[in-house]
Amino acid sequence: MQASPNSGLSVNIAATAGAAAVKENAAALPMRMTISKLNFFYGSKQILFDINMGIADKRVTALIGPSGCGKSTLLRVLNRMYETVASSRLDGEVLLDQQNILAQDVTALRRRVGMVFQRPNPFPKSIFENIAYGPRINGFKGTIAEVVEQSLRHAALWEEVKDHLHKSAYELSGGQQQRLCIARALAVEPEVLLLDEPCSALDPISTAKIEELLVELKSLTTIAIVTHNMQQAARVSDFTAFLLTGQMIEFNPTPHLFTTPSDPRTEAYITGRFG
Amino acid sequence: MSARLRWRKFVSNFMLTMTGICAVVSVAILFLILGYLLVNGGRSINWAFFTQLPRPVGEVGGGMANAIVGSAKLLLAASLIGVPVGFLGGVYLAEFSGPKVASVVRYAADLLNGVPSIVIGIFAYSIAVLPFKQFSTLAGAFALGLMMIPITLRSTEEFLAAVPRMLREGAMALGASKWKTIKTVIVPAAYRGILTAILLALARVAGETAPLLFTALGNLFWSRGWGQPTASLPVMIYTYAQSPYEDWHRQAWAAGLVLLGLILIINILARTILSRGIAVPRS
Repeated sequence: MQASPNSGLSVNIAATAGAAAVKENAAALPMRMTISKLNFFYGSKQILFDINMGIADKRVTALIGPSGCGKSTLLRVLNRMYETVASSRLDGEVLLDQQNILAQDVTALRRRVGMVFQRPNPFPKSIFENIAYGPRINGFKGTIAEVVEQSLRHAALWEEVKDHLHKSAYELSGGQQQRLCIARALAVEPEVLLLDEPCSALDPISTAKIEELLVELKSLTTIAIVTHNMQQAARVSDFTAFLLTGQMIEFNPTPHLFTTPSDPRTEAYITGRFG
Repeated sequence: MSARLRWRKFVSNFMLTMTGICAVVSVAILFLILGYLLVNGGRSINWAFFTQLPRPVGEVGGGMANAIVGSAKLLLAASLIGVPVGFLGGVYLAEFSGPKVASVVRYAADLLNGVPSIVIGIFAYSIAVLPFKQFSTLAGAFALGLMMIPITLRSTEEFLAAVPRMLREGAMALGASKWKTIKTVIVPAAYRGILTAILLALARVAGETAPLLFTALGNLFWSRGWGQPTASLPVMIYTYAQSPYEDWHRQAWAAGLVLLGLILIINILARTILSRGIAVPRS
């Protein structure tokens, strides 16, 4: 099996552990989002340097790298969440379905590109109201209870909460709260779902549940996930981007990046020599 | 034991005793006032106090129904003036203004909070009484409303600022605009704290006498409308306690007890509100 070095997207996906190689040409996949020549600054400090990558439709793309490498910032560019911080500046181009995200109304963009955060952040409302929030503020007309049930089912939380939908969201465990937040994001049917280290505050069992969920959600939406946990990236993602001090070091299909990294720095990072 | 060690032990015990005594004194003062009011007010309070008008000097009995209603009207109108201004101003400070503007407004609010209530009274007199040549309920409410603004503003700002950033981001990530985020997530997350602060502001102005002396003035009869002078509990206490009549002194005590009871009820209400609903957990 041939791995072409310094390839952007045109690489082979290899099944790990010597299983039969599943070939999938990434270049042939439709891209939901495309990032080109992205440079990003906070004040005078440059955080991201000349990033080029695509987020493949209905796939999981992972961003990995040591703390401070800019992976969360990159994620926050995709739904323009970085704008909540004053003095941030960006040049380059980010497209969602071939449209520049900077040219769009930011609230419309965020409805299309949902986000789940590091720590579960349910609103101080009932479970039901948490899910209903997104559809409501976006002028949803229809049966809200159906949306709530469907979203909770997609987030694999329905069975656990269906009998107490009107209890406070804070009565759920941390893992359940995070799945509630995923359900809340899914309720507005985003085209892309961004997850910013969604398991960093969770125990291993809750983490496993969420990882399982992410793989299932692929059929529903396109996922980009930031994680500090390399094993997690290897388990859930189809593509992995490795960032280091604001530079994209390698972007490859996940099995390829983890088994035969193209860049020595990637290898050093994934084998635990730093980070 | 060396002399030095003995001295240290002595200082330690001495300070412990002193701090303890001061703590007890502060509690004791509250209970002393409460006890005084209960004994003196309790003796003269009766049903007539709540239902009847004051009687002329010399006639025993009567009540302060007009002052109770008057105080209620004053507080209602004061809230209608002070709460919207303070609340919306607080929202602006916490959510929209830059740090420079915020610090100026904050400082001004603190100064306004420190203006002696008698000065607020004179101000309200020259703005809301003199031009109309008429003491009125509204003028009194205006004075009290002014006093409620800085308390409401500062506490609104503080409670809004305490709402975790991640809740804001959660709402904005779902496509909520800034105003929608404030309206549907931030204010609801902070409303119990804000409401509590408003009630405490209300309790604070409920006992104010000075701003009412030359605005709402006082009235021995039912006030004939918002444009007319009205009786109020604090001013009644002031007038009755100064009078040379024994019966009026007793009425003043009763009024004091009712006023304190009112403030106590507001406080309990505030605490009840705080303990209900879904609170954002501290983390």
